[in-house]
Amino acid sequence: MSKKNVLWGVLLALAIAAFLSPFASPKPDGLERVAEDKGFLHLAEGKELLHVWMPDYVFPGVGSEAVATALAGVVGTVLVFVAIYVLGRVLVRPRDGSETGAGGPS
Amino acid sequence: MHIPDGFLDPKVWAGAYAVSAGAVGAAVAKAGKVLEQRQIPLLGVMAAFIFAAQMVNFPVAGGTSGHLLGGALAAILVGPWGAGLILTTVLVIQMLFFYDGGFTALGANVLNMAIIAPWVAYGTYRALGSILKGTAGRNVAVFLAAWLSVVAAALACSLEIALSGTVPLKVVLPAMLGWHVLIGLGEGLLTVVAVAYVARLWGVRWPESGVSLGGGVR
Repeated sequence: MSKKNVLWGVLLALAIAAFLSPFASPKPDGLERVAEDKGFLHLAEGKELLHVWMPDYVFPGVGSEAVATALAGVVGTVLVFVAIYVLGRVLVRPRDGSETGAGGPS
Repeated sequence: MHIPDGFLDPKVWAGAYAVSAGAVGAAVAKAGKVLEQRQIPLLGVMAAFIFAAQMVNFPVAGGTSGHLLGGALAAILVGPWGAGLILTTVLVIQMLFFYDGGFTALGANVLNMAIIAPWVAYGTYRALGSILKGTAGRNVAVFLAAWLSVVAAALACSLEIALSGTVPLKVVLPAMLGWHVLIGLGEGLLTVVAVAYVARLWGVRWPESGVSLGGGVR
């Protein structure tokens, strides 16, 4: 994958996270809907074991809900890319010839 | 389909953690062997795209919503091992930073969405690939692989919830499958579009499911 395509790919992901996520349907997803209909949704209430930075994809301290969601999306997208990148560097050993191709054929 | 804390009992979530740990360990070992460093940015882009796409819920049949899972997309483009790593990373970050999916349920969520969904998609895509030909054939194979991956993940999710004694299988299974056969249609359409786009970018008609990424063909 060429450097240019990587850049475009990441930009596309960031654009989706920033500009489409605020328009996401607020309806419950399939599992949540089933839990609601079948009366076991309450089992999950108050069961959170961790305090996280951006619960429900809302960036803290931002007035506008759309902006808070977009920010959370952008931060998450970057986090995921960096995590895979670091993981890949650790897991995948350079082999003969593979390093010379870093950045990939274009 | 991210299971929150509270739906699964300890024997089920611990068991799911154990199975997932084994499968992710195998994926890590396999990826370390077959991946090349120049392929890492591709995995990163795919993971970033799947994370972003998972935030965009589309309405389904009024009253519920679905979003791209991406297990099929990743499995078709980079093979099931790479897909496992990508989806596991996405799920871990969703849990740690957004609390989407519970801490105890992470093993089950990884099992359903990072292991079962990609492998079902991969198997379906490969099997249909030997029967169907041409661009239209590819699109049908991709659509069915993606649809089935969502249905299979929903089936696994139902079993885990039922085994936990949360609600009987005969109650949860039809409800889960009923919604996810519809949500899967969205997965199918989005995956067809994304695969067609990447295939054109790569100049290939049928992405080989990660021939060089440990798709099982080498």
